Amino acid sequence: MQRTVMDFWVGVFVMAGMGALLILGLKVGNLTSYQSEDSYTLLGNFENIGGLKIRAPVKSAGVVVGRVTHIEFSLETYDAVVTLSMDSRYRFPKDTFASILTSGLLGEQYVGLLPGGDEDMLKNGERFMKTNSAVVLEEMIGRFLFNKAAGD
Amino acid sequence: MIDGIWRLGGASHFILLVLLKSWTSFARPRLITREIYYAGVMSLVIITVSGLFVGLVLGLQGYETLQKFGSESAVGTLVALSLVRELGPVVAGLLFASRAGSAMTAEIGLMKATEQLSAMGMMAVDPIARVVAPKFWAGVFSMPLLAAMFSVMGVFGGYLVTVVVIGVDEGSFWSQMQNAVDFRYDIVNGVIKSCCFGVVITAIAVFEGFDAPPTAEGVSMATTRTVVTSSLAILGLDFVLTAFMFRGVA
Repeated sequence: MQRTVMDFWVGVFVMAGMGALLILGLKVGNLTSYQSEDSYTLLGNFENIGGLKIRAPVKSAGVVVGRVTHIEFSLETYDAVVTLSMDSRYRFPKDTFASILTSGLLGEQYVGLLPGGDEDMLKNGERFMKTNSAVVLEEMIGRFLFNKAAGD
Repeated sequence: MIDGIWRLGGASHFILLVLLKSWTSFARPRLITREIYYAGVMSLVIITVSGLFVGLVLGLQGYETLQKFGSESAVGTLVALSLVRELGPVVAGLLFASRAGSAMTAEIGLMKATEQLSAMGMMAVDPIARVVAPKFWAGVFSMPLLAAMFSVMGVFGGYLVTVVVIGVDEGSFWSQMQNAVDFRYDIVNGVIKSCCFGVVITAIAVFEGFDAPPTAEGVSMATTRTVVTSSLAILGLDFVLTAFMFRGVA
């Protein structure tokens, strides 16, 4: 098959395009932090999740250790069931405290984990025993005003 | 109005014919490479240069606004998300329509005006399989690659102006960007968008060329119509696709 200069440039073009997609995936996106195969799931029941969204990070001591993959309302317990996909490098004790926190005053919400002292570790599909709901700003202001009025 | 419906029906029929007759052009890949060269490679310069400048401006304007709130390190997120989700596919599509789409229309229209297409038909060479289908597939193939290059150049431009010139912290620029840009949700959706635009632009371009009245005036009008119609189609389709893809955060 004869080769022409045109073929060379088309090759360069296709390589540049694929390279651009690769850069987008690796440098701009978070493809490097994707480890879907070696992860395990944990569940948590929360009374109120506030503004927590799917894909929100799960942090312990400020380090991202997983992501929220699913949020659903439970008709058995009438609260929110949050599914977390955890990095399998990080294992947490059974009595780990899961709470919904906000980064900064108006920042995004995330799930914060405070490890306990139990010898046994949480396994795939298990639930957190102790959870703490999101702080809803309106409720807090309401309570504050109520206390203020009661005090006077 | 009635005339528009006639044309729409004709265009649908024509695109179906192109798809049905594509197999013959897949059997001769040399035809498609040639068209990729004219549609894709020749658009490289305008795409990369405009991408770079769009990124520079985004970085500059984003920095101006974000530094009022003390969150100038989020400028990487702003630049990357707006490029990957919207500006990359849309602006690359507009440029592609005016750079390559108009050329396709003019070429096919002129071949028709000079009766080259009828001559091919006389020689039992199907002009749709020989001329139109390779152009169509070359456009569909080139568009996502061009949009990806546009986005990469834009991010690089944003990096240049904010990190190198203004002095935003490099680590937080990249890490905040990587935190916010999701591969599946943002990048793959952007690529899907640019594929859709590629199909729409080239379909409009080859149809307008094939449908052009075989006169000098007819070809010039068809070229104008290609640019106008495909630009409007890109913007309208972009709204629809965005509404489907990014409605709220999951």
